[in-house]
Amino acid sequence: MEVTSSSGRLLFLDAGSGIRGLGEDADGLDRVDVLLTHLHMDHILGLPFFAPLLDPEVDVHIWGPISTTKTVQERLSRYLSPPLFPVRVRDLPSVTFHDVPPGVFELDSIRVIADLVCHPGPTLGYRLEDSGSVVTYLPDHEPALCSSDFPGPAQWTSGYDLALGADVLLHDSQYTDDEYRERVGWGHSSYTQLLEFAHLTGVKTLATFHHDPSHTDEMLDGMHDWLEARADGLEIIRGRPEVVIEL
Amino acid sequence: MQQPLEMIILRQLASYLTIPMWMMDGAGDLIFYNEPAEALLGVQFDDVGPIRAEQLVGMWQVTDTDGELLPEAEFPVVAALTRQVADHRAVRFQAKDGEWRDVEVTAIPIEGQGKRFLGVLAMFWEVEG
Repeated sequence: MEVTSSSGRLLFLDAGSGIRGLGEDADGLDRVDVLLTHLHMDHILGLPFFAPLLDPEVDVHIWGPISTTKTVQERLSRYLSPPLFPVRVRDLPSVTFHDVPPGVFELDSIRVIADLVCHPGPTLGYRLEDSGSVVTYLPDHEPALCSSDFPGPAQWTSGYDLALGADVLLHDSQYTDDEYRERVGWGHSSYTQLLEFAHLTGVKTLATFHHDPSHTDEMLDGMHDWLEARADGLEIIRGRPEVVIEL
Repeated sequence: MQQPLEMIILRQLASYLTIPMWMMDGAGDLIFYNEPAEALLGVQFDDVGPIRAEQLVGMWQVTDTDGELLPEAEFPVVAALTRQVADHRAVRFQAKDGEWRDVEVTAIPIEGQGKRFLGVLAMFWEVEG
């Protein structure tokens, strides 16, 4: 997921396998930022193959969640070290790690709000505010697990403040309702929960994201049709590679 | 305004346990107690809560085990809130159903990632008189 700010700053949201191909977009830049929501493999798999990380001309800033005892660098070093990868963190030419506790930080014109969300292990969601536009990124999120009355009171709903009134919400769209019943606690949402969360938070546009890898294109089309039939004024964007959303 | 995730998860856990549990936020406001605590305190949370810290004082009459009125500063939840230390003591209190009950109270400060003080969790064990 690539984000270009109104001031031209390039950010990447998470570092799954797709980030390898996006590395070319950083050609000629002297800085890029990578915001990690969490360190599950599907969100960091592409990081060692992200060309700017090995380019001494580019300052790479990696932002991510701490655990209760370890920094993000210490946590990522388990992956960026032998035997899983031949290059160690200390051998990367120009990388800076930033621990992200819940809070706010600025990246040029973007005000980034980070908060913990309901998913196994320390997991952040991000709200990016830039020139009056708001994008919320919750790729792995199971708000229903943390609530006995979901979609219940806002005060007790994971991710609510991050998503409230966002222009675009990119949200976990992993399961059908039947699949969810078999996978409660795995950290993901069903389409029904996704829709309920979007309505509860009053977002304008919902982009489906983090599809289950076992779902075929036909299944996804059917699930999106189901969403659109119940959107009730909410714009639905079918999450797929190379979708561009301009705000 | 949403509660921190740690408190959301804690409330969810408390709602599944049979141990009476009481939760305050970092400002000392009472934000939740579970059904076993409702039975002990003699009133449903939804009927009285949430309760701001300043309104909590005097809502329940609390004494030591000898029946002497207990100063607020000696409540375990106040120790956990103001000094951010765990505290435990036996007390008597008058529930909203009018009954006096003997309980042991353990209160612990809740600290989240980044050393954020999030509030207090108190647990009650009723002592059979």
